[in-house]
Amino acid sequence: MTTAAATAPLARRKPPLAVRRRRFLVAVANHSLLIAVAVLFLAPFAFIALTALMSTNQALSSHLWPQPFRWSNFVDVWSKAPLLRWALNTAMYSGLATLGVLVSSIPVAYALSRLRWRGRDAVFLVVLVALMLPPQVSVIPVYVLWAKLHLVGTLWPLIIPSWLGDAFSIFLLRQFFLTIPEEYLDAARVDGCGELRILTTVVLRLAKPAIAAVALFSILYTFNDYFLPLLYVGESPHHWVASIGLSQFRSLHQVQWNLTMAATLLVMAPVIVLFFLAQKAFVEGVTLTGVKG
Amino acid sequence: MTDRRRARRKAAWRRRRLVLLLMSPWLVGFSVFFGYPLAMSVYLSFTHYDLLSSPRWIGFANYQYLFHTDQQIWPAVSNTLWMIGVAVPLQVLFAFGIALMVSRARSGVGIFRTIFYLPALAPPVAATLGFVYLLNPATGPVNVTLSHLGIQGPLWFQSPQWAKPSLVLLAVWGVGNTMIIFLAAIHDVPRHLYESAELDGAGPWQRLRWVTLPSISPIILFAVVLGVIQGLQYFTQAYVAANVASGQASQAGDLPANLGYPEGSTLFYPILLYQHGFRYFNMGYASAMAMLLLAVSFLVTLVIIVNSRRWVHYAGAAR
Repeated sequence: MTTAAATAPLARRKPPLAVRRRRFLVAVANHSLLIAVAVLFLAPFAFIALTALMSTNQALSSHLWPQPFRWSNFVDVWSKAPLLRWALNTAMYSGLATLGVLVSSIPVAYALSRLRWRGRDAVFLVVLVALMLPPQVSVIPVYVLWAKLHLVGTLWPLIIPSWLGDAFSIFLLRQFFLTIPEEYLDAARVDGCGELRILTTVVLRLAKPAIAAVALFSILYTFNDYFLPLLYVGESPHHWVASIGLSQFRSLHQVQWNLTMAATLLVMAPVIVLFFLAQKAFVEGVTLTGVKG
Repeated sequence: MTDRRRARRKAAWRRRRLVLLLMSPWLVGFSVFFGYPLAMSVYLSFTHYDLLSSPRWIGFANYQYLFHTDQQIWPAVSNTLWMIGVAVPLQVLFAFGIALMVSRARSGVGIFRTIFYLPALAPPVAATLGFVYLLNPATGPVNVTLSHLGIQGPLWFQSPQWAKPSLVLLAVWGVGNTMIIFLAAIHDVPRHLYESAELDGAGPWQRLRWVTLPSISPIILFAVVLGVIQGLQYFTQAYVAANVASGQASQAGDLPANLGYPEGSTLFYPILLYQHGFRYFNMGYASAMAMLLLAVSFLVTLVIIVNSRRWVHYAGAAR
């Protein structure tokens, strides 16, 4: 028995029936628990969607199932609040800020990863420290600065800083640039490319997944951002972005939970659609943030 | 000889110029939006400043008020610490548990991963609105479901005891980011470690305790540090929930009655700072609050990282 076990290749041997049965039961238990938790995680979405389809009175009752389904809520909601304006403002903030993050952070990340210079690691440490500190620490003097420039009440205080390097994006891009094999860069150098050309051709092409992830995170961040928009455009409804508008929606329509939930879904929708379009980039990007470096 | 040296110096200068050029966006951004505000905050914290007249030096008066007089500081600090102490461990626990289950699933890994990640994508304001509705004491789906089961649900966001736990529920729902990072880390644990542990007679629990956990401990540390940092800046969910639950969400929420509704139970430090700085325009006092936040963030991060040497295991590091 012992000799047979020793000579047979360990990995290929079929486990005995009892072990196989136990493994099967463990798998079944694991899947059942997973499905139960998954249902709990999906339930909020389901209830929000169901409520969004109810009539106003029904949403105030304890019924959970809409009767009848009022799809018109999703049309009505556009006339109840300036959703289009919020969408346009959000698109402007998100688009310009994301473009800025990319244009400004890529060169910095390149200098911090693929060029050798004195003080580089110290500077990178400073970038990380900047990442750690709560924005509330620096927000007051920055607000005073924008107030003196008479830009409070516009979207510019939200957009301009992202054109001056974003610590998180720099960090993420640097982590990725470090994984590019030196040989690729050396080959380009041998071909007579300057560092700027290497950056714009070789590195940009190889780093597409990371750049996509940074762009996605920036879109997501600007779309979800609430604190800074509240600070700078909270008092000027003309410039409200979706997050601010949505938070004020219920005060505009006191008890219409159905419309509030319809608006909530509409605000969730772009992010979720974006996720399904770019799922791979998302997951890779999130994973990249967890890589130690 | 001198020619070559000159050429080399020129090349070095060109290189330095290139680095400077590439770094310039960050250099400007860091100075204007980080270095300057930090120095300015220190100065403003010793002044009375309302944005209209120029700052007036008042010495330590702001700090004296902060530590001795202000009745709202301690509730705000303790609420913030409560939130960090309860939500961060729960988030790590849930993220790890779910990641472990997903990694062991024989099929449907992609679907499960998507389902658990989706809530993390929901914009915080939208998610908060959704939860305030779901947890509506009288007619919200959660309490309706509970009453069908014969349980009387709590008042959730309307009750000083349950408002913070409701926010914790919301935080645990959005744990998807951490879960994905854990999932990737679990996948990266070398197989041979499990195999040798199994040969040594380790059961599933022992393998989890002595192989999986040590291998991903740096990632757990990362999640804890990130969670604490985010906890110190906790604003959006609490602010929106208080405004919506109090039912009198006014323009930018300037009614002090909403502050930390109900009964100050959701008054977190960043919310109080916002209130002082941007509702009352006590810029000097808010700067003093920012200094305290800065010190605490720095300290907490330092303590976690130093303390972690005892339990974080880096592959390849000498013991």
